[in-house]
Amino acid sequence: MGMTITEKILAFHCGRDEVRPGELINVGVDLALANDITAPLAIEAFRAMGAERVFDPARVALVPDHFAPARDIAAAENCARMRAFAREQGLQHYFEMGRVGIEHVLLPEEGLVLPGDLVVGADSHTCTYGALGAFSTGMGSTDLAMAMALGEVWLRVPESVLLEYHGELKPWVCGKDLILHTIGAMGVDGARYRAMEFRGPAIDALSVQGRFTMANMAVEAGAKNGIFHVDAKTRAWLEGRARRDYRVFESDPDASYAERLLFDVGGLEPQVALPHLPSNVKPVSEVGEIPVDQVVIGSCTNGWLEDMETAARILEGRQVHPHVRCIVFPGTPRIKREMIRRGWMDILLSAGAVVSTPTCGPCLGGHMGVIAAGERAVSTTNRNFVGRMGHKEGEVYLTGPAVAAASAVTGRITHPREVMGR
Amino acid sequence: MRGSLLEGKAWRYGRDVDTDVIIPARYLTATDERELGSHCLEDLDAAFASKVEKGDIIVAEENFGSGSSREHAPLAIKGCGVSCVVASSFARIFYRNAINVGLPILECPEAVQGTKTGDRLRVDLGSGTIENLSTGKTYQAQPFPDFMREIIALGGLVDYVRRRLGA
Repeated sequence: MGMTITEKILAFHCGRDEVRPGELINVGVDLALANDITAPLAIEAFRAMGAERVFDPARVALVPDHFAPARDIAAAENCARMRAFAREQGLQHYFEMGRVGIEHVLLPEEGLVLPGDLVVGADSHTCTYGALGAFSTGMGSTDLAMAMALGEVWLRVPESVLLEYHGELKPWVCGKDLILHTIGAMGVDGARYRAMEFRGPAIDALSVQGRFTMANMAVEAGAKNGIFHVDAKTRAWLEGRARRDYRVFESDPDASYAERLLFDVGGLEPQVALPHLPSNVKPVSEVGEIPVDQVVIGSCTNGWLEDMETAARILEGRQVHPHVRCIVFPGTPRIKREMIRRGWMDILLSAGAVVSTPTCGPCLGGHMGVIAAGERAVSTTNRNFVGRMGHKEGEVYLTGPAVAAASAVTGRITHPREVMGR
Repeated sequence: MRGSLLEGKAWRYGRDVDTDVIIPARYLTATDERELGSHCLEDLDAAFASKVEKGDIIVAEENFGSGSSREHAPLAIKGCGVSCVVASSFARIFYRNAINVGLPILECPEAVQGTKTGDRLRVDLGSGTIENLSTGKTYQAQPFPDFMREIIALGGLVDYVRRRLGA
């Protein structure tokens, strides 16, 4: 019997020819990462373990992106602990202000995560790198401490779910809409403990950035990882970025899946996840008249260059509605510079949007765009739980960048074609 | 965890209790268990942290601990005095984190269905038996795989790695 891409990557990283779902294995990691929320606890656990040196200073990445630039003294102290640890250990991938971006956009951009890799991160959205054909998954700080100390972690080999997408996407429909639609169909624990393997003609047609968006939200269906196969687009994306050789794995034709789901997405409209679960999904035409106070475009889900392009296309020559605060936060400084070079920054600022430094801030109600009681946000982020963006009586509606930008113009949740006329 | 008996009052919640309501991100600059515990479940049940008593037990439906990887979530639950969590199922990162930091968790949908807030529960972590003293019913939780039992027996992942490092 054949193996899935996930099983093959796990087998390779524990030095075996095969592994089967349900087995508990110890695997070697290619990269371990933590951020300014999770690193302080990981460093504490690392010391408590009696560890002195990280297993490899080239394979531990620390990214101060959540409450940074430091929102208060406590955050500054956490960042300081992380910075001191990075210096003490001689870590090659600690990113200081000005170079730091949102971890799951930054590390792929830096070429630090590659096909066939096994990546663990003390952040649940570590599953993003599956877009490149890597196995990557989120864990807690103590697990991350073990990874830093030993270069390995324990894992249960997950069952895989095969998700196949057919049909040609309509205008304004993107990876975010595919994954919201999928989570709506499966529920927030529909893929609990499992691997989500994405394929099909609609996936082949999707950009690598769109695939990152989909893999990013695999955890919102409860999955351990989301994974895509490597194709010409992946290789082109890695060109000039990859800093080392990589290994491409493929699912066998006779691999075994716990479940197979088919999606015909040819007629799919832009999707909206209503409060307070990412699975509470409706097509944009069915959400009704929903006035909006804040629009957030960016994050590890939709902070990619093409997301910024979508926002700029829609906001070009238009104005953000006077009742709306529109906050754009690109994934990395490089993306932000590219926005300036292409004239999009001017478009966004002229429209009355705020363009922030890359940070996770507003997504988790940390800083740089927290909402008040009774306020409503349309956001391209990944979670709309109670209190996620601030006050527990606030509401978050998750969408792709096109719906978010169109809603910023009209002041209510809007299909982009209403603003763009097509 | 071996053989230890826990007894406490049940706090019963629904499904998909996520880590953002267990400990909202605004408190994540703290790492101290007690401080985190003073905000435990604040956005789901504002009265919880002030009323919970040492030894009490959280009982919840499917997918407990979904969302973020913040280990602050099991730490907050421990920090407010909760002795264990019984759920119909756990989100995977929370499950790992709870084992790693030594918060006892048990998966048992039947016990969840048979429990309401205020019931007194007695939990035997060694055997996985959950007794509802208020109704007189007894339930059996799913056993842990051997490897996890080993981590639990050592008191968490820190000591497991300590031993591996020979420290």
